[in-house]
Amino acid sequence: MPTIASSAAEAVAGIRDNSTVLIGGFGNAGQPMELIDALLECGATGLTVVNNNAGQADAGLALLIKERRVRKIICSFPRQSDSWHFDAAYRAGEIELELVPQGNLAERIRAAGAGIGGFFTPTGYGTMLAEGKETRIIDGRGHVFETPIHADYALVKAHIADRAGNLLYRKTARNFGPIMAAAATASIVQVGTIVDTGALDPENIVTPGIYVNTIVQIGAGAPAEHEAQQ
Amino acid sequence: MNTQAENTTGTRLGREELAALVAADIKAGSFVNLGIGQPTLVSNYLRPEQAVTLHTENGMLGMGPEAHGDEIDPDLINAGKIPVTEMPGASYFHHADSFAMMRGGHLDVCVLGAFQVSATGDLANWHTGAPDAIPAVGGAMDLATGAKEVYVMMGLFAKDGSSKLVEACTYPLTGVGCVTRIYTNDAVFLITADGVRVRETFGTTLAELRERIPVPLEMAAVG
Repeated sequence: MPTIASSAAEAVAGIRDNSTVLIGGFGNAGQPMELIDALLECGATGLTVVNNNAGQADAGLALLIKERRVRKIICSFPRQSDSWHFDAAYRAGEIELELVPQGNLAERIRAAGAGIGGFFTPTGYGTMLAEGKETRIIDGRGHVFETPIHADYALVKAHIADRAGNLLYRKTARNFGPIMAAAATASIVQVGTIVDTGALDPENIVTPGIYVNTIVQIGAGAPAEHEAQQ
Repeated sequence: MNTQAENTTGTRLGREELAALVAADIKAGSFVNLGIGQPTLVSNYLRPEQAVTLHTENGMLGMGPEAHGDEIDPDLINAGKIPVTEMPGASYFHHADSFAMMRGGHLDVCVLGAFQVSATGDLANWHTGAPDAIPAVGGAMDLATGAKEVYVMMGLFAKDGSSKLVEACTYPLTGVGCVTRIYTNDAVFLITADGVRVRETFGTTLAELRERIPVPLEMAAVG
């Protein structure tokens, strides 16, 4: 059964220096902002962070990068109009970037959670992002070998959890949540609402509680019309 | 209108006309992904009776138009991070499923922008290769590789007047041999096993195109 933390600070307190941390979200949808803020506060540094982007504006992941807590970022789309903290760190040579096509990023995370040692994918074949990687022609088509991305921690935002750690998400905020929760040794999930075990319909569970280690309820994460058992 | 032909009496297509042309070419019932930027305009010209289902790679099928006012929901955005709406029959899924759907060949058409396309359908659209550029790829390589048909929408000529349809791309590649059609304001090109075919022109001729494009061109067979 997962631990239910009383605050975001308590939820992330165990994160050590030099950890690999998966952080959910695509843009601001599904970004576990309060957990990221707590990670900044807790002082852990030398982190390898996996996220689709490399922080936006002056919040969340962008601040972790600004404070130079992130040694390396693995992402698909770092450069945005408001990624100035990443841009500055990158140009100063103070952050390592591993650029991965978005679908390969997702599948590498999924592979880690599913115990797959790697996979051949056509995405990226013949491009500079495949340089130095093993390739194979399968059914006449070029493929690139990609490896799983394991992590020590995942920080995920979901919509509703029950006390057994079963999770529901909301719309496109689901994005990386389910695969990141499965890929990390310890998954820390912030939700808008925690309900009693048994209150969620088992047919609707998106992430089963087996993948969840810590849950914390943060404010009202959901619009009022979207209550449990919608 | 006479398609699959030179149209020397008309004029170059405008941005909106080009989007309308792409929309009209999408088969009824298709599952389609529209890339960020110019391709997004295509959605404005899809007719309800076409029953096209739009995919957005951040995890949704059945995407509706951009959201305005009270419709805006921060949890419901498209791949360009713009708030959108959901259509009846919409579904949500996680990122690995979304890209599996794409890579697995389940999407009928993807429409993308491009810096360059080669005569054999190689696509360059993610990186200028400039030494000071911060690279960002997003889903571009996955989209180029996965869909059954990859349509490119682009201006045919760069600002310096050079052709963006080239023998071999000089910009870093997004995908190899993936583009099937190129929609430009001057002409529509089909990438075939026998070479590049011109399906129709807009205010120009095959001869004029041949002068400016460093790739062998033939008119497509009509029919």
